[in-house]
Amino acid sequence: MLVHLQGPWNPIFGRLTLDSIPYGNPIIQFAFALTVVAGIAVVVPTLYYRKVGYIFREWLTTVDHKKIGVMYIIFGLVMMFRGFFDGLMIRTQQVLADGPNSPGLLEAQHGYLPPSHFDQIYSSHGTLMILFAVTPILTGLGNIIVPLQIGARDMAFPMMNAISLFLTMAGGMLIMASLFIGDFSQAGWVGLIPLTELDFSPSAGVDYWMWAIQISSIGTTLNAINIITTIVGMRAPGMRWDRLPIFVWTTLSTNIIGLTAFPILGVALALLGADRYLGTHFYTAGLGGNLMLYTDLFWIWGHPEVYFLVLPAFGILSEVIPTFSEKPLFGYITMVAATFAIAGISWAVWLHHFFTMGAGPWVNSFFSVATMLVGIPTGVKVFNWILTMYRGRITYTTPMLWCVGAILLLLVGGLTGVMLANPAINYTVHNSVFVIAHFHCMVLLIAFTIFAAVIYWFPKVFGFKLDERSGTEFFATFVIGTILVFTAMFALGFEGETRRLDYLYDPQWKPMLIIEEVGIMFYCLSVLFFAKLFYVSIRDREKNLVGADPWGTARTLEWLTHSPVPFYNFAVTPRIHALDELTWRRDRGWDEVQPETYEPIHMPRNTMIPLIIGVFAFGFGFGMVWRIWWMAGFGLLGIIAAVIFRSFTPDHGYIISAEEVARLEGGKEPASIIKENHAPLPHVEEQVVP
Amino acid sequence: MMDARATLPEKQPELWHFGHDGHDPIATKTLGFWLYMISDALIFGGIFAAYGVLDHGMNDAGGPGAAQIVHPVAAFWQTIAVLTSVLAYSLATVAMKTGNRSGVMLGIVVSILLACIFLGLEFNDFATLFAQGNTPDRSGFLSVFFLLIATHGLHMMFGVLWMLVMLVQIPRFGLNADVVTRMLNLRLFWQFQASVWVCVYIFVYLRGAS
Repeated sequence: MLVHLQGPWNPIFGRLTLDSIPYGNPIIQFAFALTVVAGIAVVVPTLYYRKVGYIFREWLTTVDHKKIGVMYIIFGLVMMFRGFFDGLMIRTQQVLADGPNSPGLLEAQHGYLPPSHFDQIYSSHGTLMILFAVTPILTGLGNIIVPLQIGARDMAFPMMNAISLFLTMAGGMLIMASLFIGDFSQAGWVGLIPLTELDFSPSAGVDYWMWAIQISSIGTTLNAINIITTIVGMRAPGMRWDRLPIFVWTTLSTNIIGLTAFPILGVALALLGADRYLGTHFYTAGLGGNLMLYTDLFWIWGHPEVYFLVLPAFGILSEVIPTFSEKPLFGYITMVAATFAIAGISWAVWLHHFFTMGAGPWVNSFFSVATMLVGIPTGVKVFNWILTMYRGRITYTTPMLWCVGAILLLLVGGLTGVMLANPAINYTVHNSVFVIAHFHCMVLLIAFTIFAAVIYWFPKVFGFKLDERSGTEFFATFVIGTILVFTAMFALGFEGETRRLDYLYDPQWKPMLIIEEVGIMFYCLSVLFFAKLFYVSIRDREKNLVGADPWGTARTLEWLTHSPVPFYNFAVTPRIHALDELTWRRDRGWDEVQPETYEPIHMPRNTMIPLIIGVFAFGFGFGMVWRIWWMAGFGLLGIIAAVIFRSFTPDHGYIISAEEVARLEGGKEPASIIKENHAPLPHVEEQVVP
Repeated sequence: MMDARATLPEKQPELWHFGHDGHDPIATKTLGFWLYMISDALIFGGIFAAYGVLDHGMNDAGGPGAAQIVHPVAAFWQTIAVLTSVLAYSLATVAMKTGNRSGVMLGIVVSILLACIFLGLEFNDFATLFAQGNTPDRSGFLSVFFLLIATHGLHMMFGVLWMLVMLVQIPRFGLNADVVTRMLNLRLFWQFQASVWVCVYIFVYLRGAS
């Protein structure tokens, strides 16, 4: 049954040989050096300040939704940096490799990257940015904010939350491993079929891509289950559906999409895996395979995934804009309706990714109209945000700047999207960089809102504001970079440049390519300002300490508790009386009212199981990629054993006594999540009998 | 609206909720498990869609089609086995209501045995097909035929493993909240696998033979 592979294989190392490690490649050497330096920069201070135990006890074994969210976001930002670096390499290759007389450096005929390497870079750029940068960051934001906004102590399944995180990380680690051991897929982030079949991609690259996505998407599905259950079942008293903050609504709709779409991705990839490992013929070009089956299954997931990403971004916009316009959100109900309309249509538009594949005029018309329909609820949203700002008292803090930028990008991306929804136009620009510029506008709008959200909610989690000046510098350079790169890219699309080119045949494109390269330099600058933003803010944190509501005009429940938010969220569960609870209390002068007495709080206890499952999942993935069967089997059995072991060691958390809560609430230093402040080890006498 | 303070002299209502005893753990876990079942249903949905696409003369690649390899009468015994297994498990949950621990154990044991009969018949079916040279790598149709049935079979095996764990946990912990939650979710899981088998039986065996 197993496919017979060319090349060496042995039972201990599978396909892995010393030749798999590209140590001779100067670009990989540079990447390796950079990774080692970054690793040292993290490990050495940890050892020097003796924080290993702290990181293990308080972070790696945590089940606290805020810490898990923070880890998701840090992981996503690191992956985003790697994805950005890939983007930088793509742009530099294209500007160098334009025209027949362009020079060849290193091993390349044109530019500095040979085609096989260039193909890996754009594949990993897409995979990283969509699945390992933006998805985890938005998941992390949902993790931090949703329980706070609905007044819950934690997620419905705190341990499963940590499992989701470590599964996502296991996938990310597989992609990192592909950088130094073996290669990565050369078939694009979408996995162009039949290029991903074993006959055409015999190396381990496609396997890395496939297992990384497969493992992390299981994490995403589990997280979707968790968030939906939390929103449905864990709301504070009085948090009726019509009082739910918009961000919670969008997270709910997003995770309904995640729950229903990610299993389809799992099937698409599992069938590909069967082809590559068992020699079946699902997608092969001969013996009864069907290439379009993959394309359809992939995009049945792929398009909902786009809205999976964009809906929380819309939620962030709907939270930040009212705060800094000092007005309630215009059209709350239409906003909710528009969110679910977008989510609903998202299942019926996937074919617009391949209008040119010859499905016929009626099918294309259906999907064209369905795609254009998305413009209606999206338009409703845009008008709602603009009408929220209209006659508002707007303060242009950095989160607000990012949001205004995001609305502009949404217009550019959305209107070009409506153009592309028309099959007649689509046939002309299909696979050109016009399409690339369009969806980068959409994904960058998500990135814009992510930066808005990070700056907006940072004080809630850590208790101090980020530096406004560095934030503005970061914003300005990032926006200039975006405008330069993507305006030029739209133009190049009309000039006929197709996507994924390692060599560009037309020297006429040079000026636009240079503009793009200048743009990407601005992005490089913005990375420096991003680093400065955190350096300056952390250095001056004592100056920027804030109270419960750092912005003074925030509206929703999460701003009612302390900043930094204590690990138990709310000392006493609040009762909800209105949409925009904080504004309701502030208008009546009750926003400073704190509970006078306390009661014991029931908290989940830290556990090592999620970390162990993550390590086993990585082992399983790595074993499968290199066909090291003992390692893969060990990983899979390890996961099952860990789950069964956990089911035999019931842990119902522990109780913080009312006196302890009073002490933590009354103290000068809040019980912030970055402090070591509760005993994660089991105390038998504290066991709660269910 | 900013002047609500002046215009609405309200009495301060209860701002905090004391005595909030958390949330019903069984209800929460059951909802979570239902959501998991939705994602599992979509996995089967995706595979059934693939089956619908690849169940075509073109995809037989000269090999056998469904009509040549499925035996609805033989598979009917599998259907009987899986449905009676669900019945046995349901009787176990009925016994759970009255706290009859040995009744629960008995129901699970019978359920496991019937599931093993089901899996044995399926294994036997696969072995026969393999011996005839009808392996998954023969054609696109056979690929999806085996994958659909094997995916269901894997779910059945997982259910058996879960039941074995319950057989250890019931004597060990008694019928406490955790065990009861697991029993209820396992019932959901088991019933779902039987429903999927009914779809497989209709879609693959009955439709294939006709």
